[in-house]
Amino acid sequence: MESQAFQKVYTKLTNITKATVTLKADGVGYDEIATVAGKLAQVVKIAGEDITLQIFEGTEGIPTNAEVSFLGRPPQLTVGDELAGRFFNAFGDPIDGGPAIQGEVRDIGSPSVNPVRRKQPSNLIATGIAGIDLNNTLVSGQKIPFFADPDQPYNQVMALVALRAKADKIILGGMGLTNDDYLYFKNVFDNAGALDRIISFVNTTENPPVERLLVPDMALTAAEYFAVDKNESVLVLLTDMTLFADALSIVSNRMDQIPSKDSMPGSLYSDLARIYEKAVQFPEGGSITIIAVTTLSGGDITHAIPDNTGYITEGQLFLRRDTDIGKVIIDPFRSLSRLKQLVIGKQTREDHPQVMNTAIRLYADAANARTKLENGFDLTDYDERTLKFAKEYSDQILAIDVNVDTDTMLDITWELFGRHFKKAEVAIRENLVEKYWKN
Amino acid sequence: MEKENKTTGKVVGIVANLVMVEVDGPVAQNEICFISLGDEELMSEVIKVVGKIAYVQVFESTRGLKPGSKVEFRGHMLEVTLGPGILSRNYDGLQNDLDKMEGVFLKRGEYTDPLNREKKWEFKPIVKVGDEVQAGDWLGEVNENDQPHKIMVPFKMKGTYKIKEIVGEGEYTVDHKIAVVANGDGTETELTMVQKWPVKVAIRDFKEKPRPFKLLETGVRCMDTLNPITEGGTGFIPGPFGTGKTVLQHAISKQAEADIVIIAACGERANEVVEIFTEFPELEDPRTGKKLIERTIIIANTSNMPVAAREASVYTAMTIGEYYRAMGLKVLLMADSTSRWAQALREMSNRLEELPGPDAFPMDLSAVISNFYSRAGFVYLNNGKTGSITFIGTVSPAGGNLKEPVTESTRKAARCFYGLSQARADSKRYPAIDPIDSYSKYLEYPEVQENLTKNVGEFWLKDVNKTKDVLLRGKEVMEQINILGDDGVPIGFHETFWKAELIDFVILQQDAFDKIDASTPMKRQQYMLSKVLGVVDSSFSFNHFEDVSAFFKEVINEFKQMNYSEFESEKFKKHEKTLEELLKKQAN
Repeated sequence: MESQAFQKVYTKLTNITKATVTLKADGVGYDEIATVAGKLAQVVKIAGEDITLQIFEGTEGIPTNAEVSFLGRPPQLTVGDELAGRFFNAFGDPIDGGPAIQGEVRDIGSPSVNPVRRKQPSNLIATGIAGIDLNNTLVSGQKIPFFADPDQPYNQVMALVALRAKADKIILGGMGLTNDDYLYFKNVFDNAGALDRIISFVNTTENPPVERLLVPDMALTAAEYFAVDKNESVLVLLTDMTLFADALSIVSNRMDQIPSKDSMPGSLYSDLARIYEKAVQFPEGGSITIIAVTTLSGGDITHAIPDNTGYITEGQLFLRRDTDIGKVIIDPFRSLSRLKQLVIGKQTREDHPQVMNTAIRLYADAANARTKLENGFDLTDYDERTLKFAKEYSDQILAIDVNVDTDTMLDITWELFGRHFKKAEVAIRENLVEKYWKN
Repeated sequence: MEKENKTTGKVVGIVANLVMVEVDGPVAQNEICFISLGDEELMSEVIKVVGKIAYVQVFESTRGLKPGSKVEFRGHMLEVTLGPGILSRNYDGLQNDLDKMEGVFLKRGEYTDPLNREKKWEFKPIVKVGDEVQAGDWLGEVNENDQPHKIMVPFKMKGTYKIKEIVGEGEYTVDHKIAVVANGDGTETELTMVQKWPVKVAIRDFKEKPRPFKLLETGVRCMDTLNPITEGGTGFIPGPFGTGKTVLQHAISKQAEADIVIIAACGERANEVVEIFTEFPELEDPRTGKKLIERTIIIANTSNMPVAAREASVYTAMTIGEYYRAMGLKVLLMADSTSRWAQALREMSNRLEELPGPDAFPMDLSAVISNFYSRAGFVYLNNGKTGSITFIGTVSPAGGNLKEPVTESTRKAARCFYGLSQARADSKRYPAIDPIDSYSKYLEYPEVQENLTKNVGEFWLKDVNKTKDVLLRGKEVMEQINILGDDGVPIGFHETFWKAELIDFVILQQDAFDKIDASTPMKRQQYMLSKVLGVVDSSFSFNHFEDVSAFFKEVINEFKQMNYSEFESEKFKKHEKTLEELLKKQAN
């Protein structure tokens, strides 16, 4: 791959596990990469002369006399404007048959942004999806995952959001993507004519799992190039972070580390935070926004992966199939965008915060009414009205196929309030009711 | 533990930020050392010693570090620098001034001075030549953002001293000699405005630490009214993600009646810290009319900053708090979140290959947490003046499960529990503090009860207890209605339920983003509570259970409009009048 003036080759491995090898070597730096029998590896532990390397492609077929050479540098990515429109593997090598990138070589996993140099995120990202724009408004510089069951159309919704959000660059970090999903993304972006602003780093299910560990850092190094050097707004899509965390646990397990909750490494929180915290609004105008996917097993959000993620990210989006209307909706109860307060009622109409909260409260009342109904109780007139409201609200606002602007969403909601409720029942600030109430 | 000859060593092993160092001399537990890596020096702390090998945790990334690198031990523990000019600074967990760092990205091995050495401070002496002093005694005073910043005899100086020299009133830099003191042997020591103190050791230079007795007003109704915290008290806020911990914490730090607010952002989101950086310089302190940032210190160790520095950050914040408390000031310390701190302990314990306790946390977690909470408190200083540190920590329980080790350990240490409930958050009933599960042990303190009766109202305690009873009764009744159905219970049940809802909507729920509703002074809280209880005490006549909810919804609406109006304004009174008429119409 590369040559150095002085490069010593070692040929005696003392230890081999499914993901790591150990050998005696000197002058090796922590985090440095190496090649072991031609496979890329990284130093994860130094104990005296014993160096432990994690082999990204797995250790299958590596003999104890494999050639090991250390490259004296951390993993790197060549960045440049030519990245746009290209597809790469987890190591940053092109997989689309195109030429290698010419440009500046950068270490991946760079230091964090000084918090006092960050700017407060304040640019609304409009998606046209009311379940997002109205109830869970996204802001540039935000990091937010979809918490989804494997059978839900999260990749489709994410692609939709990516295309509608007016970002200068979209960077896809695919971890354990099925080949079908990889092709889906490729086709969608291609058909939208957006391929020239898309960069993909892809590890599919056909590739070894430990390779995935490099994907987020590769994607974010490219993102930082465009956001810092070019002052562009960059949207990074990471799917699926659960598979990334699984790869972390494989390595930690092979290194005999004591697992904490759900067999995850004790450092899971820090490992995930290091990635998600790359989302930032820079003072010069560039920004990195991260939309990720964390798949759940059986909808369990108390599992260590979604749980730690929830504490790091600025909210989460849940998808749910609403059987009343037969469509997928953005679940208004469990979804949350923490940064929405920075833009709603400021970049959107003044009535936005109160309308949003009231509608969700009434929707919750409908859920209670439904429980009553299921338990065989009679419904009050108010219950009946909330149920009617909920159905229309679900269909006209929450469904992911809705595509209207925010003012229209607010008008629709006022119309639903007026149709089903009395003014006292909505309990919104008087001056807003006077201005917007529709009969 | 100051040493003449500095111990040195060399790196022999590396696992992430845990480095093993072979040493050539004595080292102390928690001693600070610096590891050379090219031109950079990486600050580290000794956390374990086995034979000649010192295990150190590095406060930076160890990328590229090689075995054989030189290490120099400094002979002291992790210290903070204390002196005028700390207020309104933004520090990292090791007290580096973040604003002094160059560039957008943090550079490894860059350490900046926490104080401004050039700025001149208007100094006024308090002691005279010949006075006898001891550690923590006030030598003089400078004006720091209108707070009387006391210059004290350094806490490290044990025994009594005589003042030999003291400078007159005038402008001096922090490093200027301001006094000379002599001990019994006549050994003289020169003092400046600056001193250092190891963060993991509590500052104990005060006379007495009584039980807290005074209410600390936060403006948050469901705290002040139902479960008040005291000046010098401790509390914690556990809650699953998305239940509004951070919003609540920000509200408390903006509104609470404190002289100094220290915010330790410990392993949390950077954008939330940025929110404080952006908002506090703009927001006015309602009590002084000055900007909030002027009384605020921010210790930011966001989740992507090195994990060992995260552990240090809460100690740095507490030590700075103790420094200001020793000046006779009221300090409010907020740590968000202590779970991240515990996780930092877990990560290190894990790398040290210690046998794990529950959920892989270290076995001494509970002791470490208790010890930390015990550093808060209300104190009488040696000169009879009072000072306090009120500490509120948030806890982020894994999976929202309050039985996990960090929550359990904190419950043993903190006196107030503000449990955030997922169900309340889901139905947007903010702040989502569960009114039934939460508690304040202070309400049981006779000295607190006396203080409340005197300052808030003669019947206040009775009203508070009644409020809690109504809420509990409401919850019980709701369960019965859910089981038996709306028409399966007497109408009176509906009335009971809606009276609890009334308290919930009017007193408990509060709009943190509404200018007026966000903060409620105690006087207004007292007025509104007695008004609400007036409704609760009245009996009404209803023909059908549906009339009950319709009526109470109208009542709640008027009350809410009152909450949104300036206290005792025209608008407030207008809604109050409408309310009275409404009540009269329905009265029995």
